[in-house]
Amino acid sequence: MLKQYSFEKTAVQTFAGNVSLAMRTENLQVFYGANHAMHDADLGFPKNQITALIGASGSGKSTYLRSLNRMNDGIATVTGKIWYHDVDINEPNVNIYEIRRHIGMVFQRPNPFAKSIRENIVYALKANGIKGKAELEERVETSLKGAALWDEVKDSLDKSALALSGGQQQRLCIARSIAMEPDVLLLDEPCSALDPISTVKVEETLLQLQKKYSIIIVTHNMQQAARVSSQCAFFHLGHVMEYTPTATMFSNPQIPATQDYISGSFG
Amino acid sequence: MEQTNFQLKKQDAQSHEWDVRLHRATRATREDWLGRGISYLCIGVIILVVASMLWFITSKGIATFTQNHVSLWKFLSGTNWAPDQGNIGALPMIVGSFAVTFAAAIVATPFAVGTAIFMTEISPNKGRKVLQPVIELLVGIPSVVYGFIGLAVVVPFMRHLVGGSGFGIISATFVLFVMVLPTITTMTVDSLRAVPRHYKEASLALGATRWQTVSRVILRSATPGILTAVIFGMARAFGEALAVQMVIGNAAIMPKNLISPASTLTSQLTTGIGDTIDGTLPNNALWSLALILLLMSLFFNALVRFIAKRGQLKNGR
Repeated sequence: MLKQYSFEKTAVQTFAGNVSLAMRTENLQVFYGANHAMHDADLGFPKNQITALIGASGSGKSTYLRSLNRMNDGIATVTGKIWYHDVDINEPNVNIYEIRRHIGMVFQRPNPFAKSIRENIVYALKANGIKGKAELEERVETSLKGAALWDEVKDSLDKSALALSGGQQQRLCIARSIAMEPDVLLLDEPCSALDPISTVKVEETLLQLQKKYSIIIVTHNMQQAARVSSQCAFFHLGHVMEYTPTATMFSNPQIPATQDYISGSFG
Repeated sequence: MEQTNFQLKKQDAQSHEWDVRLHRATRATREDWLGRGISYLCIGVIILVVASMLWFITSKGIATFTQNHVSLWKFLSGTNWAPDQGNIGALPMIVGSFAVTFAAAIVATPFAVGTAIFMTEISPNKGRKVLQPVIELLVGIPSVVYGFIGLAVVVPFMRHLVGGSGFGIISATFVLFVMVLPTITTMTVDSLRAVPRHYKEASLALGATRWQTVSRVILRSATPGILTAVIFGMARAFGEALAVQMVIGNAAIMPKNLISPASTLTSQLTTGIGDTIDGTLPNNALWSLALILLLMSLFFNALVRFIAKRGQLKNGR
């Protein structure tokens, strides 16, 4: 039996003016029709850090993440404000294509296109008007290096991406996103379909990437959140219950719900 | 001693009992046999029917060449079709059939793909509620009705527009265009719906626009399916007899342009089959036309299979 936790008692940190934030949400709410999936999320994401969103299935963490680059358009109703460079990108007249160029996303299931490795990366670049052959080549190489995949695939760039292993495919998806040189990288349970060794590789990649990008990662795996993230937010039934530095959350949780979740009482 | 013997015997009896029980027929096994028997019977009948049709058409169709000693080359390349006088050049009909088929497919494909994209990507709701029934309705209209509309509307319109009789390849193309449109559209819709949703999501998340996503990801990965749809449409156009016969003019002469009367393999067959006597050259010549139709539909089928196989290889499945 799931215990009832008070949604009034939360511990959500805010950042002082001296911490520069990549993104911030204010009163973000998400509705699937009549179903209120996300209540009043006020979270800020510090630049060049990894922030983990944890919580049980159905806690709203993926829903929240997908709202950040407007992937919920046409699927759910999102109200509230999403601040990015002091612009509310949740307004209808914002160019969603431009947003997604700056806020990239990697999905739970590795989803490379049925094209070659090279074309997978070049696709979005070409779609955004980058044509020079030399530049495309360079971007392919730097992004694959960034995703720690270059050494494994540099001799087979024209082979089908579907021939890669699951972990390689997921790193290709990361490479594909960072080839666009975004500011923010959103990852929706990127390792849940991967084996432990591939998971380690992806995590190492993320730790490298946070030097250049601000990363927000949804994960089921608390150990993973502890290993990679600097900040950690705990979601429960559509509410943000606690948002603290990761070290604090795992050593000294502020509220009973978090305490029970990280000690494995539910989830 | 005796006791052990007794036990052994008892065990034997028991195991025999199990042997019988596990091997006897029950209602379940009998149902199995019955079901299997019925399926085999049905398959057998169908195979027999198909095989005898193939045999019948082939044996009749080659009689022109084996009994009447017409050379195959003359049949395929001759342009004079007058079976009563012994001239059986089938080229005008072959050209006519291919002309209307390709023309109808070329005109219909853009409309069909456009409609399918609208139904799957742009407005799935309206697509399902409004367009789907309309297209299903188009499939259900009998071909004689299409032919009748063609005769009553298209032919006079062409006559008014370009002069002449109004019968011809253009009129036939127009009628066939409407007839193959639903076939190509429904199959294209199916292949677009079969494109994994995560391809679309991945493309959108990379900042690609809807147009870019549709044209470079969705259409690309649905290409084998769309080709198959077009070929099915062509097979339907190639085999359509009645509607074409009503608007093409049925003149067994080489078509010189798109607006003069011409004929197709099917229209010549339906026109001529009642006027010939079994076993004579004019009758055998019609069977030869039927044989060409049969071979072409086999060819279309083989093409569809080939494309499906290639598509699977490409998608790495």
